[in-house]
Amino acid sequence: MLIETKGLSKYYQHKDGLVEAIKYIDLSFDQGDFITITGPSGSGKTTLLLLLAGLIRPTSGSINFQGHELNSSSDNKLAGIRSQHIGFVMQNFSLIPYLSVLYNVLLPLSLHKHADSSRNDYAVRLLDKVGLKDRMNHLPKELSAGQQQRVAIARALVNKPKLILADEPTGNLDPALSIEILEVLKQINVENKITIVMVTHSPVASGYGNLKINLVQGRIVNKVCSVVTDEFLS
Amino acid sequence: MKIYKLVLIELWHRKSQLITSLLAITLGIGVIVGIRSVAVVSEKAVAVNLDNLGANILVLPQGTSIDNYYSADIDAPTFPEDYVERIRTSTLAGVDNISPKLTRRIKIQNQSVVLTGILPSSEIISKPIWQTSGLSGLELKATCDTSASNKSHGYEDERLQRKPIESLQQNDCIVGANIAKTLNLKQGDKVNILGSSFNVFNVLSETGTVDDDRIFAHLHTIQKLTGIENQISVIEIMGCCNAISEGLLGKLRNILPDTKITTINQIVSTQIKTNQLMNKISIIFLIIILFVGGISIGNSIWANVNERKKELGTLRMIGFTKLKIYQMLLLKAAILGILGGFLGYIIGTLSGVLLGPQLAGLNIEPIPIYLLWSVLISLCISLLGSLIPAYLAGKIEPYKIMQEA
Repeated sequence: MLIETKGLSKYYQHKDGLVEAIKYIDLSFDQGDFITITGPSGSGKTTLLLLLAGLIRPTSGSINFQGHELNSSSDNKLAGIRSQHIGFVMQNFSLIPYLSVLYNVLLPLSLHKHADSSRNDYAVRLLDKVGLKDRMNHLPKELSAGQQQRVAIARALVNKPKLILADEPTGNLDPALSIEILEVLKQINVENKITIVMVTHSPVASGYGNLKINLVQGRIVNKVCSVVTDEFLS
Repeated sequence: MKIYKLVLIELWHRKSQLITSLLAITLGIGVIVGIRSVAVVSEKAVAVNLDNLGANILVLPQGTSIDNYYSADIDAPTFPEDYVERIRTSTLAGVDNISPKLTRRIKIQNQSVVLTGILPSSEIISKPIWQTSGLSGLELKATCDTSASNKSHGYEDERLQRKPIESLQQNDCIVGANIAKTLNLKQGDKVNILGSSFNVFNVLSETGTVDDDRIFAHLHTIQKLTGIENQISVIEIMGCCNAISEGLLGKLRNILPDTKITTINQIVSTQIKTNQLMNKISIIFLIIILFVGGISIGNSIWANVNERKKELGTLRMIGFTKLKIYQMLLLKAAILGILGGFLGYIIGTLSGVLLGPQLAGLNIEPIPIYLLWSVLISLCISLLGSLIPAYLAGKIEPYKIMQEA
């Protein structure tokens, strides 16, 4: 079991009253799962992702990530778990605009104690894998949206994570580029056995998951386990 | 990639922000260094001049400022040379030597030089220090008796001598040590002054006084060349001390009512007060810089934090702790502080060296220990000013950035 939640709830105090973003969610993901979370706007998809990342704390319930109770861990410990075990792929790419592609990929490793040359070699290999080795000295603004998202994927992989959290990774991309990015994510999931939790609005993107969760008003209304077939992908 | 590299790349990426951040602190430190450099040299010069000045009374045109002793006579208004005769024929007791001068600032080889016209026969008497500069000649005893009170003014009558300077011709000049170095002049060289060729009659040894930065030539020649004939800008008088205490200054004022007559002691005490004022000003500046520089750097870091909210959120998201964010911002502030202190020292010292001779008639030399102080003060100001913005930056929650996306 990679990650398990029990009775997970998150409420926000709003001027109009209490907002129940997530209500009593029990989930468990194994290593190598590809989970897609769908649902209408305001259904609590991103909130669930933030809870799984340890970026916000639940109002009640628990989250266990590889034996670590995230809700009772200190901020520093949560930061450590994120830097060592979790990669992020965001809708807006979240790249640092003044850093080259290579430095953006290397960024998470600035928190680790590795030799510089081995860090660089690994980052270059990852860029090669996402087809951007020849662009490693470019700035993000010099790349297309699809290329920037591939840089974000390489950055998410550089710390050899067990979990990748993706929030609408194809939200800013056209359909062709979306497929390209989803293929890269699927490849990573299959080859490296990295668990991917992806929030998406897109039915095509949700089709890539082997576990599909549908959220409405903070509750799971549908959970489907499936095997992604070649027919579907084609 | 190390954290410091990330900070350096970010600084370089926002060059205009870097320059703006540096401006206040650099200028502030520069002003302090400039004022302090002038004050330190001025204090030393006062001490040296107190010891070496033979003349102890100055006659200046009415309205001349004596705030700065070193430049009181430079480009000052003039008065008739006849005043010298008035004193000579007044039979006032206690006037041992009268030394009229005309001082103007001129350009030689594109260098700004202070040119002083002197009467050779009287100048050496009023300048004991010249007598050790290879200009001594026939011995002359002053009329004033060598009582203990006279010695308190830094000269002894035995040292007052006539000198070969008496043979200074109309086209001869005597060059101060610093000017000789600057213009590369030595005894026997020719130098063009105001369109006339002058012989370097002698180069003064370094005296540590304003004489080091001046060229001296015959008064009447300078009057002709500057077109200020029969006019002078100052009369230096060697007055007998007991005569001064018995009211010599008042008697001189009666003879020369439209002049300002003051003793060197008064001028020196004015100069000391000016130096003290400069010290106070530099302390006031330091306090202002502590506030303005600190606020400026703090404001700049805060603007930077606001501009980089998304980026800082991303860093927190991928695992940067609050401590790392503090470190990054304080490292940036430290780099700005060190750079600001260093540049401030360079600007302040250069201003002193370049403007000191022009404005204060003083030759300013760099004071290396001020580099250390400049960097330390600037570093402390930067770090203090950045503490609050860094603390607030650590509070940026990454989830807000993600939810904004």
